[in-house]
Amino acid sequence: MKYVDEYRDPRAAEKFARAIRSLATRPWKIMEVCGGQTHAIVRFGIDRMLPEQISLIHGPGCPVCVTAQETVDQAIEIAANPEVIFCSFGDMLRVPGSNRDLLAVKASGGDVRIVYSPLDALAIARANPARQVVFFAVGFETTAPVNAMAVYQAKRQGLRNFSMLVSHVMVPPAIEAILSSRECGVDGFLAAGHVCTVMGLEEYRPIAAKYQVPILVTGFEPLDILQGIYMCVRQLEAGSARVENQYSRAVRANGNLEARRLIAEVFRVVPRKWRGIGEIDRSGLALSAAYAEFDAEGRFSFARQAAPKASECISGSILKGLKKPSECPAFGTRCTPEMPLGATMVSSEGACAAYFRYRQRSAASPAGASRHF
Amino acid sequence: MAQDFRLRCPLPAATGGTIQLAHGGGGRMMRSLIERLFLPAFSNGYLDAKHDSAVMRIGSGRIAFTTDTYVVSPLFFPGGDIGKLAVYGTVNDLAMAGARPSYLSAGFILEEGLPIETLESIVHSMREAAGIAGVELVTGDTKVVDRGKGDGVFINTAGIGLVGSEVEISPARVAPGDAVLLSGDVGRHGITIMSVREGLGFETSLESDCAPLWPPISALLEAGIEIHCLRDLTRGGLASALNEIATDAGVGISIEEAAVAKCEAVAAACEILGLDPLYVANEGRFAAFVAPRHAERALEILKTHETTASLIGTVGNRGPGLVEARGPFGHPRILDLLSGEQMPRIC
Amino acid sequence: MCLAVPGKILSITGDDLRSARVDFGGIIKEACLACVPEAEVGDYVIVHAGFAITRVEESEARRVFEYLESIGALADLEEPRR
Repeated sequence: MKYVDEYRDPRAAEKFARAIRSLATRPWKIMEVCGGQTHAIVRFGIDRMLPEQISLIHGPGCPVCVTAQETVDQAIEIAANPEVIFCSFGDMLRVPGSNRDLLAVKASGGDVRIVYSPLDALAIARANPARQVVFFAVGFETTAPVNAMAVYQAKRQGLRNFSMLVSHVMVPPAIEAILSSRECGVDGFLAAGHVCTVMGLEEYRPIAAKYQVPILVTGFEPLDILQGIYMCVRQLEAGSARVENQYSRAVRANGNLEARRLIAEVFRVVPRKWRGIGEIDRSGLALSAAYAEFDAEGRFSFARQAAPKASECISGSILKGLKKPSECPAFGTRCTPEMPLGATMVSSEGACAAYFRYRQRSAASPAGASRHF
Repeated sequence: MAQDFRLRCPLPAATGGTIQLAHGGGGRMMRSLIERLFLPAFSNGYLDAKHDSAVMRIGSGRIAFTTDTYVVSPLFFPGGDIGKLAVYGTVNDLAMAGARPSYLSAGFILEEGLPIETLESIVHSMREAAGIAGVELVTGDTKVVDRGKGDGVFINTAGIGLVGSEVEISPARVAPGDAVLLSGDVGRHGITIMSVREGLGFETSLESDCAPLWPPISALLEAGIEIHCLRDLTRGGLASALNEIATDAGVGISIEEAAVAKCEAVAAACEILGLDPLYVANEGRFAAFVAPRHAERALEILKTHETTASLIGTVGNRGPGLVEARGPFGHPRILDLLSGEQMPRIC
Repeated sequence: MCLAVPGKILSITGDDLRSARVDFGGIIKEACLACVPEAEVGDYVIVHAGFAITRVEESEARRVFEYLESIGALADLEEPRR
């Protein structure tokens, strides 16, 4: 595949790794924010190519992992409604609510359908005028324009039977929340390239300046991530704290202006509760007044919400990069991908699931010791 | 090595005691259902061998006997239909025991309201497939269920075939040092089905790889290749098949990801949908575990049937039940059994 | 978040809300071009959930390799001889 395969060249990757090894003189902790970056790191073994001193920490970059349990419960309640066709990205189906997940709703007869795009959900709404079609709109800023377009089109087409359960989250407030925590030990960030493709770089400059951390916007192929790490280490060694764009083939400084305009029209900024972290001010998106009629929260009524179950799950600490999955007493025993206690074990990008799938048994062998977690 | 302490009850708590789709998905939950419910109930040497077909001594010969049920939706897809799958699937399970497939039975569960024309197409397809596979359909049954109780058509086929006297093919024979061969490129069936699914569909010229597998296996046997085990890849893909063998044979398996062939369309679809091709369904591919001295010759033979056949790895004694894949940069990752079906993702 | 993949535009339909058939290499999928008005047939776009979020800047695509060249040379100089 063009613009994919060439960024997976093993020899080029090894060259970057060697360059990083020559460059690093001190230990550095770098946090990659996005689940897509984690996936690539673990799949290609990028962390194993890095020198001892560089540790990669997985951040809260998985919208699936951070969707509030209360929201998942709302989704489950809507999906269980016999009038509803509930459409969702595949990732959300196994995220646990207070006592079950969307897949269980499907098993009990709920019409839950996986879609590739909210625009597919729109097509389902057009094809099923007698049913209510609800789309579970989660995601970072990358997904905001397409979710916005779905609602925008629903309004233009007068599709009365379409609505969205919105739980968008935004990256910069999360980075700030992590950096402002006293326990934070992160020296530099790898920011999410596709989020920045939409939003641009500007929001990150004040963060880099205030907390004096370099922020590297990277793509998702191995060479992108390795170059991003190199550029980050180079800044750290030099004591700089700038925002740099590694992913220039996709990211422009202002992002995608059309997309930003669409987001601004359809959404408004709200506080949002991040599972495992808590509420972060101005960190979420909800439908604006002009599109409020398409808000599933307004269209459906909900039973009294169960308070989130207190559980052993330490995903909050993991999402903040403070603890490793192996430090969780339930890891691999009471909490597994089959019986997850929290979302970081369910999502394929969740730190716990990644560690369990790729590294759990290697923990016993020193050669396989991971510097990622 | 770590105990399998993860599974504590027959059905994971999250299911609340009902059957989930994942129980049919070819992954961990299906295996758990089989091991915790079916095997203890019916335990005998044949079942416990856990191979694709049971091989039983009857009189002076050995017969392989197998059954499979087809519930695919949509009923028709590029490259095949439920009927073709029903014939080849069972024929292939016999071939995996080294048996020449001979006779099939077919049981149909039809939904009230199914157009007879549809059934006709399926039956014609089965006749054609049976002809190509060299088997006869000798007995059958038909039932009809109320509208809404079945996905149009469900087909169960059972098959028997004779196993040659020197043939001993089962997970028990797999040994450290064995070469692991793959009969062709992966993922065609699963991605083809995805391409026609509502909500995930896309345009492609890709077709299912649904095909009878006795010809290449017969060729291997005729050439005197020392085959220890065979396993056809179905739901759950290559990774699941390797996991089953690793666990049943009590060995470790190590493969090179780069050696597993994928055609362009399968690779692209997996990128877009966030799927791992090693877990995508196949219907015309198998893994062969052969004595290392025969690996090269076996590969030559397989390539005459499918040019994309490859040598993908070896059997070791590192960690019984462990399947490892060396990735594009040479770093190993563990190929675990998935808990349920692989879902397309956006993350 | 953000599984997004580059593909080549084969054809474009619609005037108001433009949509394209995008080829990802043997797989063709529809993508909404509303936010990439400058994209034309033959261009590569990055598609996320059925939506093109940007055009791939060909001239920038080579930069990763140019960068590698420049630092690779330095690293070779600095590494001790084997």
